[in-house]
Amino acid sequence: MAKRIDVSGLTAYYGSHKAIEDISMTVEPRSVTAFIGPSGCGKSTFLRTLNRMHEVTPGGRVEGKVMLDDENLYGSEVDPVSVRRTVGMVFQRPNPFPTMSIFENVAAGLKLNGSYKKSELDGIVERSLKGANLWNEVKDRLNKPGAGLSGGQQQRLCIARAIAVEPDVLLMDEPCSALDPISTLAIEDLIGELKERFTIVIVTHNMQQAARVSDRTAFFNLAGVGQPGKLIEIDETERIFSNPSVQATEDYISGRFG
Amino acid sequence: MKTDIEPISSAAGSPPQVRTRSIGRAGDKIFLGLSRGSGIALLVIMAAIAAFLTYRAAVAISKDEANFLTTFEWNTGSSPMRFGIAVLAYGTVVSSVIAMVIAVPIAVGIALFISHYAPRRLAAPVAYVIDLLAAVPSIVYGLWGALFLVPHLTGLYTWFDDYLGWTGILSYQGGAARSLFTVGILLAIMILPIVTSVSREVFRQVPKMHEEAALALGATRWEVIRMAVLPFGRSGIISASMLGLGRALGETMAVATVLSPNFLIETSLLDPGGGTFAQNIASHFKEAGDGGRDALIASGLVLFVITLLVNGAARMIIARRKEYSGTAA
Repeated sequence: MAKRIDVSGLTAYYGSHKAIEDISMTVEPRSVTAFIGPSGCGKSTFLRTLNRMHEVTPGGRVEGKVMLDDENLYGSEVDPVSVRRTVGMVFQRPNPFPTMSIFENVAAGLKLNGSYKKSELDGIVERSLKGANLWNEVKDRLNKPGAGLSGGQQQRLCIARAIAVEPDVLLMDEPCSALDPISTLAIEDLIGELKERFTIVIVTHNMQQAARVSDRTAFFNLAGVGQPGKLIEIDETERIFSNPSVQATEDYISGRFG
Repeated sequence: MKTDIEPISSAAGSPPQVRTRSIGRAGDKIFLGLSRGSGIALLVIMAAIAAFLTYRAAVAISKDEANFLTTFEWNTGSSPMRFGIAVLAYGTVVSSVIAMVIAVPIAVGIALFISHYAPRRLAAPVAYVIDLLAAVPSIVYGLWGALFLVPHLTGLYTWFDDYLGWTGILSYQGGAARSLFTVGILLAIMILPIVTSVSREVFRQVPKMHEEAALALGATRWEVIRMAVLPFGRSGIISASMLGLGRALGETMAVATVLSPNFLIETSLLDPGGGTFAQNIASHFKEAGDGGRDALIASGLVLFVITLLVNGAARMIIARRKEYSGTAA
């Protein structure tokens, strides 16, 4: 439950193309860490190495070490499937399973992990939907298709689905970029509540959002097109946005480039 | 058509800007006329064919001394004609069902292998070979069935008889394996390519984000297929199966070459005998007189109705779960 992530010397490739190079950082448990940076700087790729989703892409491979407390996620005996069961993920576009009801969507991950009694399942689904601030809106239509909800509701459904399996870490890849401001606010409030229980890493293009929701912020950049993305600096969010130690960070957040 | 052409000639003397606009309009009108005309022509031709066939069939049925639906007999040569489609309907449906039961799971398996399991350099050749199977003429399948499949199935049928003969439907008395079950196996091979190709295309179209949703929950490859791919592809699999079933129901030459027809419904699927609509038409059409031809037309109409019913049922199955189909997302 809510583990520390410790990354050292991580490099990821797409085929022969080096997407990110030599990244090391520590993510504290029960905190929100935001990744910011220009498009193509590798922040999403880096996020996807944290639950071994990167290698799902044809040609994707990773060098380096990601420690989740004292377990190396890239250890030779580690099954990527079991990694993804402990490191949950929410995607840019809400992706509830279109063929499943709201209830089935939330229970989908649980059914992979083993068999539950109906009453247990009911309890977990309710708790997860409440945890995602969606329960009151959907409690009367749990058997309706999840794809029938609004975009913001769908995204909260996806969060409910991710937290239902009680992961150690929750990764969010631009979770609000397809949502309107009201839905965005709802998700941001939710992130504030979820960090009491989970380690949260969020990629965002919206610097105000990073400033609002995160405790620490990491800035990524790349030297040029075709060059690998690198971690420029990671620090307390307040410091990154007021007094960053690297000039490029200040240029980026003040809107001078990117 | 005359009114469609007119704007072009009248616009010839106008300023260029107006002229291009009116040519565009004329083009639209011509295209509208063409597409509407061909649409109407298609409907008229279809209606004419249907009316002609129904008329001929009605003539034949009115001359039928026996019950058209329940008689086990096809005697159109002598003066009071006695014929019925019971055996043909049974044989057609049973051989097609056997073909579906064998072909659909295999086709879905091959399609999943090509779309989700096989490495890229293997997937393309496998898909190509499968598509190639669709190009083999059905008479070639028929000859292969008669010369190779029939003699080689007797061993399998004897084995069936030893262990499952007690069921009645899988007993086997020996002799050439020119039975409905053999026809079903041959039809399964023949419809495999179409069912595979259509399923493969559907599986390829499963949105990446649904597969990633399953993967991110910790699903194995098979669980991804069960959670995201198969449910999304469900209506596509049904459509693919219906295309295959359409082929199986109407297949003529291959069935006529393999089956040893009679007008009995055998309890066993393995014993030779039986018949199908298309095979019966092919076997009788040449020597049939006018009355006989009308009787065959009547049987063909019944096949048409069966095909319509099957397709209607499939559409209903697809429509019933439309809100879960994924098209709304």
